[in-house]
Amino acid sequence: MRYLPKSDAERRAILDELGLASINELFASIPEACRLGRPLAVPGPLSEKEIIDYFRARAAENAAGYTSFLGAGVYNHFRSVVADALLQRGEFLTSYTPYQAEISQGTLQAIFEFQTLMCQLTGQEVANASMYDGSTAAAEAAMMTVRLTGRRRLVISRALNPEYRQVVDTYASDLGLEVVETGFDAKTGQTDLAAAQAATDDTTAAVIVQSPNFLGALEPVAQFAEAAHGRGALLVVAIAEAVSLGAVRAPAEADIVAMEAQSLGLAPSFGGPFAGVIATREKFVRQMPGRLAGQATDGEGRRGFVLTLATREQHIRREKATSNICTNQALCALAVTMHLALLGKEGLREMAAQNLAKARYAVAECEKLPGVRRAFSAPFFNEVTLEFPRAVRLINHELERERIIGPLPLGPFFPEQTKRGLLCLTEMHSRQDVERLVAATRRALESLGVGAREAVSSPAER
Amino acid sequence: MAPTNSPVARNVSLGERLLFEKSAPGKRGMELPPLDVPSVDVAHALGAENARDGVDGFPEVSEIEVIRHFTRLSTWNYAIDLGMYPLGSCTMKYNPRVNEFVARLEGLATEHPLQPAELSQGCLRILRTLELFLLEVTGMDAITLQPCAGAQGEYAGIAMIRAYLASRGNPRKKVLVPDSAHGTNPATAVTAGYEVRNIRSDSTGRIDIGHLAECVDEDVAALMVTNPNTLGIFERDIAEAAELLHARGALLYMDGANMNALAGVARPGDFGVDVMHMNLHKTFSTPHGGGGPGAGPVAVEKRLEPFLPTPVLVEKPDGRLGWDRNRPKSIGRLRAFYGNFGVLVRALAYALAYGPGMVEATRDAVLNANYIRKKLEGVYDLPYEQPCMHEVVFSDARQKKHGVNTMDIAKRLIDYGFHPYTTAFPLIVPGALMIEPTESESREELDRFVEAMRSIAAEAAENPELVKSAPHSARIGRLDEVGAARKPVLRWKPQ
Repeated sequence: MRYLPKSDAERRAILDELGLASINELFASIPEACRLGRPLAVPGPLSEKEIIDYFRARAAENAAGYTSFLGAGVYNHFRSVVADALLQRGEFLTSYTPYQAEISQGTLQAIFEFQTLMCQLTGQEVANASMYDGSTAAAEAAMMTVRLTGRRRLVISRALNPEYRQVVDTYASDLGLEVVETGFDAKTGQTDLAAAQAATDDTTAAVIVQSPNFLGALEPVAQFAEAAHGRGALLVVAIAEAVSLGAVRAPAEADIVAMEAQSLGLAPSFGGPFAGVIATREKFVRQMPGRLAGQATDGEGRRGFVLTLATREQHIRREKATSNICTNQALCALAVTMHLALLGKEGLREMAAQNLAKARYAVAECEKLPGVRRAFSAPFFNEVTLEFPRAVRLINHELERERIIGPLPLGPFFPEQTKRGLLCLTEMHSRQDVERLVAATRRALESLGVGAREAVSSPAER
Repeated sequence: MAPTNSPVARNVSLGERLLFEKSAPGKRGMELPPLDVPSVDVAHALGAENARDGVDGFPEVSEIEVIRHFTRLSTWNYAIDLGMYPLGSCTMKYNPRVNEFVARLEGLATEHPLQPAELSQGCLRILRTLELFLLEVTGMDAITLQPCAGAQGEYAGIAMIRAYLASRGNPRKKVLVPDSAHGTNPATAVTAGYEVRNIRSDSTGRIDIGHLAECVDEDVAALMVTNPNTLGIFERDIAEAAELLHARGALLYMDGANMNALAGVARPGDFGVDVMHMNLHKTFSTPHGGGGPGAGPVAVEKRLEPFLPTPVLVEKPDGRLGWDRNRPKSIGRLRAFYGNFGVLVRALAYALAYGPGMVEATRDAVLNANYIRKKLEGVYDLPYEQPCMHEVVFSDARQKKHGVNTMDIAKRLIDYGFHPYTTAFPLIVPGALMIEPTESESREELDRFVEAMRSIAAEAAENPELVKSAPHSARIGRLDEVGAARKPVLRWKPQ
């Protein structure tokens, strides 16, 4: 086997030194009844070529060649080949968690840079490196507010990504926390501020909103902060599309930002691995979960970096730890650091501006279609909820024939919204992609019985 | 002067400042194609109150500077690709490069988790094939690939136990954890809403089965046990422990962190385990990457299947794969989407490379640990005499007499070109040296390691100060960790 660096003769020689007749004697401590006693019934072994062929064949069974307009927590942005080439250096790829600082300074300095970048992006004072993803960052942020406030009630926006919400629910239920959902405004698509305020009481640990929210709407973060703080609660802001922070003001009023950094340099990869981040105020750092790199000096006064504040973590504190997280998403955080180093201040600003422009162009073009309009009025970044005259599921079925994956149907998440879909545009979409989408949607609507006549009457319905 | 043949030599090691300290206005490392639709004014599009004019302090550096920056940083790291990583319990084995290649394929890396299942059959087939492989290796009945790491797998497993017991009327209050356990075990039990009770190890390093029997009562939900345990010793009485728990209505959770000692030899499903997780970044070789990403699949016995995290991958009668989201008894969702897919791709590539031959890796891992044990026995104190499996734990008792402790010896290993072993763990061995070579080491590399450890033992006796002040060849000395924690500097700020 090519991964095993021993010849049979070498194995034999070692066995001789150990005074063993056969390799099975090494397993004598396992009772006979516990042993398998037969070869594993699994496929393989495969050579390198066969492995590549196998995965190429699986890749061909997916959506390669389709143009997709999906976002909803996973975004397709441009990634330079430079970052991936650097990321694949064995010194990064095959190194362990940097507990031994003297021979891990590369990883540690990069983590320190990552923490700095995340603070700059989110307008917060400290950031960790890292959580599993945006959804678990949101759940960990919620549990952090429970520890900080000693309260056990969470007020959560209905416009939080529904899968994030499910994750928060999972963790909250084991801890017996009370979870209250607060709705969104049917006109703006923003979380209903008055309702959130009414739901927040003296037992509330946190108000949790997402911005831009799942429907694409930017939330008035400062107003939610005021509402939460008025009752002694904390505000958690979840961010699923981090590129938005190149154009959208940082949620500096939030007490905790729970962010998904996937869109800053990580491939969609069917949903993972990504990189979650928790950023917060300095005074909350000792209740923050996850790893942190800090600056330190050696005996000769040279600057270096170490993992620090480990007394929060499970390997030191065991059952008193802030979280059970151990292995996180370090390499993904490094990829984000490399991507942002390349993109830089101007690149991120430009990328965000292009996303804004493409999304607005697509909306304007889609609104020329019969019966298609924006569902909500609040400002949006690169994702927007569109209303169609037919079920989105049916329209998408037609689009798939033209190798287009259309807007995400909202019906499965919000049963009253089957005719609404979430359309996402990034700098990766060309003008032609939008034109193809619009033309194909026009044909889809026609085949579903929506013609030009309906288009004439549709403005009156608004 | 006679030529010396030192195991390591100082190399050119370039200094490198922080990204932010290299930044100068107007430079950039990436350019986008020109915008092909009408541009919009950000403040106008978002409202002035929502708009931002770039991120203050963000770096501005060119492409070649980014390449040099990270390449220089990389040279400051130790890595598997450079040499042996004898970290006990961490299983730092070779990470095959083909796995990196296939995880990046167009059609895999490019796929969106919310695209229709009909257009994701390749991704789903990869997941299903890995599920079946892991079920055969563990001997369990059902599985989820959703957990992102071992600790999240543990959490899923304990949450399932809680949901199962609750469905029978009482979730119970306590989880039992041996004193040799990983720190994640007790932390997980608390996250899942349980109190922790420690179980003693006996004089052979195994769970004290008598103490266990005393502790198992109607309040106990489960025992979390690592097998082989963190001393590298197989828990011989595991089946008896399972019976003891089951008789009182409690369950047996196995931490599969050390599954690399069992794969192809013994299956937890065959010795009474009800729930277990595996660390694919250990046993299945996915790269540690400086601390993740990992993957922590959880396999369960049949009666826990209804409680698996949602969604569950199902094979339809026509052979198509899809997600079952209608799982009323499920513990819920652990993360958005389906898990660390890219990690799961790498794990399957590794599994398929070995196939049934995975047992050879297990054998070599155990052979290597026993070889090191034999070669260092008598040089370092061996607190437990039982035969070891994939890892061996010594103590610094002999070196302590010269004022040298396990951390000093570990740091001195750096000067010999090795990553330190795991120090001071498991907690039941004072001054532990926990060594796990994995199957990826050649005899030559093992001998080099043994020679280094013997040489350090000699130094500890003859010149203890040399060891205590190590490392001497790293680019930086021991850092002031206490000072760093007292006044934390956790981000760069402009002067």
